[in-house]
Amino acid sequence: MTTATTQAPLTGSGNAFTLSHLDALEAESVHIFREVAGEFERPVILFSGGKDSIVMLHLALKAFWPAQVPFELLHVDTGHNFPEVIEYRDRTVEKHNLRLHVAHVQDFIDDGRLRERPDGTRNPLQTVPLLDAIEKGKFDAVFGGGRRDEEKARAKERVFSLRDEFGAWDPRRQRPELWSLYNGKHAVGEHVRVFPLSNWTELDVWQYIERENIELPQIYYAHERDVFARDGMWLTAGEWGGPKETETVQRRLIRYRTVGDMSCTGAVDSDAATIGDVITEIAASRLTERGATRADDKMSEAAMEDRKREGYF
Amino acid sequence: MSTTIETTSLLRFATAGSVDDGKSTLVGRLLHDSKSVLSDQLEAVEHASRKRGQDVPDLALLTDGLRAEREQGITIDVAYRYFATPKRRFILADTPGHVQYTRNMVTGASTAELAVVLVDARNGVVEQTRRHAAVAALLRVPHVVLAVNKMDLTDYAEPVFAAIAAEFTAYAASLGIGDITAIPISALAGDNVVEPSAHMDWYGGPTLLEHLETVQVAGASGDEPARFPVQYVIRPQSGEFRDYRGYAGQLASGVLRTGDTVTVLPSGRTTTVAGIDVLGSDTGIAFAPQSVTVRLSEDIDISRGDLIASGPVAPATKDIEATVCHLHERPLRAGDKVLLKHTTRTVRALVKEISYRIDIDSLEQRTGSQELNVNDIGHVVLRTAEPLALDDYTANRRTGSFLLIDPADGTTLTAGMAGGTLGTAVAAIPDAFEEDWV
Repeated sequence: MTTATTQAPLTGSGNAFTLSHLDALEAESVHIFREVAGEFERPVILFSGGKDSIVMLHLALKAFWPAQVPFELLHVDTGHNFPEVIEYRDRTVEKHNLRLHVAHVQDFIDDGRLRERPDGTRNPLQTVPLLDAIEKGKFDAVFGGGRRDEEKARAKERVFSLRDEFGAWDPRRQRPELWSLYNGKHAVGEHVRVFPLSNWTELDVWQYIERENIELPQIYYAHERDVFARDGMWLTAGEWGGPKETETVQRRLIRYRTVGDMSCTGAVDSDAATIGDVITEIAASRLTERGATRADDKMSEAAMEDRKREGYF
Repeated sequence: MSTTIETTSLLRFATAGSVDDGKSTLVGRLLHDSKSVLSDQLEAVEHASRKRGQDVPDLALLTDGLRAEREQGITIDVAYRYFATPKRRFILADTPGHVQYTRNMVTGASTAELAVVLVDARNGVVEQTRRHAAVAALLRVPHVVLAVNKMDLTDYAEPVFAAIAAEFTAYAASLGIGDITAIPISALAGDNVVEPSAHMDWYGGPTLLEHLETVQVAGASGDEPARFPVQYVIRPQSGEFRDYRGYAGQLASGVLRTGDTVTVLPSGRTTTVAGIDVLGSDTGIAFAPQSVTVRLSEDIDISRGDLIASGPVAPATKDIEATVCHLHERPLRAGDKVLLKHTTRTVRALVKEISYRIDIDSLEQRTGSQELNVNDIGHVVLRTAEPLALDDYTANRRTGSFLLIDPADGTTLTAGMAGGTLGTAVAAIPDAFEEDWV
C-alpha cells in the first residue's frame, strides 16, 4: 500500500479493545469485499471516479493486500462527464493495473436503443447500458458506492441486494439480513448488487478520505468555474445543452459534493480548498448531499425508488 | 486535523414499539432534535404533509421511505438511520411495529448492542412489550432501554412511570437481560428525548440521547477465546510477496497475537501465528471486530470456511440444536433439506426435528407441530453434511449464529442461534454480562 495508515485503536480501558467508528466501518466494508470474492464468480466494481467509488476501490485494495484486487471495474459513461473525472478514472485504472469496462450511453442513443430526453438529462438513461453491460459481462455481483444515508429509499436497501433478470429491485421481496451473514445465492441471469458503504455517511467518507490521504479529482475542492443557475443549482456550462438562451453564464468559486452527469449535478458555492475545509463545511451544512446537488431526485417524491425498481443503483 | 471526530465510537441500536406507541415520532424527534435532519429533508416532509392536508409536518414521513409506506401510513421493513453527536456515531435499525414484528425485530436486534422498547404510559406493559423484551433477550442484545412514552398524557406522574418501570425491569431481568434502563419521555413534546424535561423534576436520570451517548459498548477482551473464520486465502504469487500466504477474515471475538498457539477447525491441527497484517501493515496483534490477514508458521491446508481459534474449542459437530426464528412465508418443515450458512461456510443440512414452537408471549413451549411459520420462534434439531465449528450463541453471537437457505432458489428462510432454548439461554448468563451492570 502506498497510503500509510495510522491505526491507533489499541486504547481500550483495562484489557478491553475498542475500535473507532471509522475503523469499525472499514472492518465491516472489508469483510463485505472478501465475502463477495469468496462467493461469486464474476464480481465487478462500478467505478465513476466519484468519491464514493474511489473510497470503495481504496477499501478493496486494502482488503486484498498484498495481492491484486480480484475484481474488474465498470463505468457507465453518460457522455456528459467532467473531463477532470475521466482523467482521474483512467490514471487510477493504470496505476493499479486494473481492467475497466466502459458502457457508453451515446452508443445506445446513436443506434436508437435510447432516446435523448427533452431536458437533456442523461442520468436516468444509465440504467439500460448498465444492465446491458452486466448481462454481456456475465457479472454476478456488482459493487456500488450507494449509502443508506443518501436518500430514504436507499435507507431500505440491503448490503446484498438481489436483482432479477431485468435488474429490478423489489423492496417487498428483499431478503432479511442478520448479523454479518450475507446470502449471495442467486439463479442464473440474476445478479446481486453489493453496497459495501451502506453504513457510511457523507461525513464518514470525507473523514476517511482525510485519514487515508486519498487523492480526489479537483472538482471536489473549491475552484473558479463557468456556471449558470437552473432549478436553484449551479450547473457547469458545456456541450451537453446548457445554458439555454435565458440562462447567463458567470464565473464563480464553487465545488462539487457529488459527481455525476453534468446536466443534473449541481455545484455549491464554496471556498473549501482542502479536505479539512470540506469536512468543516459539510459538518455545518444544512442541506443533504443529494438535496444540494441532484436535480434528478427532485423529479418526484419517489424518484429514486422508481429508478431503483427499474434497475438503477 | 479533525482528530476529535475520528476517535468517536459507534453504537448500533434498534427500536421496537407497536403501531400506536409513537415510535416513528420518537425516531423523528431523535433525528430532529439532534440536528440530524437537514433543511431540504424537512422541506420535503413539510411539502408531503401539506399535500396530505396535514398542518404540522409529520415526522414519521422522515422515516417511511417507500411509496407504499407513505400511501398506507405504515412501515414495511427494517430501515437504517444514521446520526451523530460529538460523542458518538449511531446506526439505528428502525424496525416496524405491525404484524410482521418478530421477523423484523429479530433482524434489527441481530446487530444491535442496545434495544429501545417503547411503551405507552397509559397502557403500561402489554403483551407486545413482553414480546419485544423476549426477542431482545433471545438475540442477546446487551442493553435494553424502556422508553415510557406519552408521559404528557398522564400528567407526567411519577407513580405511573415507577410502576411500569418496576414491572418491566422484573420481567426483563427474569429473561436474563443484564442492563435495563427506564426513561420517562414524551416523543411528541420532546421531553427527555434529547432535551431534559421541565415537567418531570422527579426524574434524575439521563435523557434518551445522553444514555445512548454514554452506554458502555463492550470491546473485545483478551479473556475471550479468539475466533477467526477464514474468508479468503491471499496468495499474490508474484514480486516481493511470492511466498506470501495469508488467511483473510474478520475476528469474531477475542484477541490474536503473533506467537499465539491456535487450532484450525474442522481439521483440529495446531500451529502458531507467524504474523498479523491489518490491511497493509504487520501489527502483531488484532482484536474483534477487526478485518485482518493472519499468517501461520506452518504451511497447512486451510481454505474459506475453516476456523482459526485460540483457547478452548469444542470439536466440530454435524449435530446442531438451535433456537430459530422463521423469516419466510414458506414454512420450515421437519424433513426439509436446506443450506446452512455459518460464518464463512455453507453446507447442506437436514431439518431432523421441529422440537417445539415457543409462544413468545407466555414463553411456553408448544409441541406437536411439524412446521414453523413466518415469525415463529422455535427449537430445531439439524444434521449437517459436514462438521461445523459452532459456539453456543449465548457465548458468541457471531460464531453461534447461522442462516437456513432454500437450495432451490436461494431464499433466506430462517435465522438460527446454536445452543439452548430461550428458557435455558436465560439461565446461562455469561460473566461478561454481569459486568455491564452499572
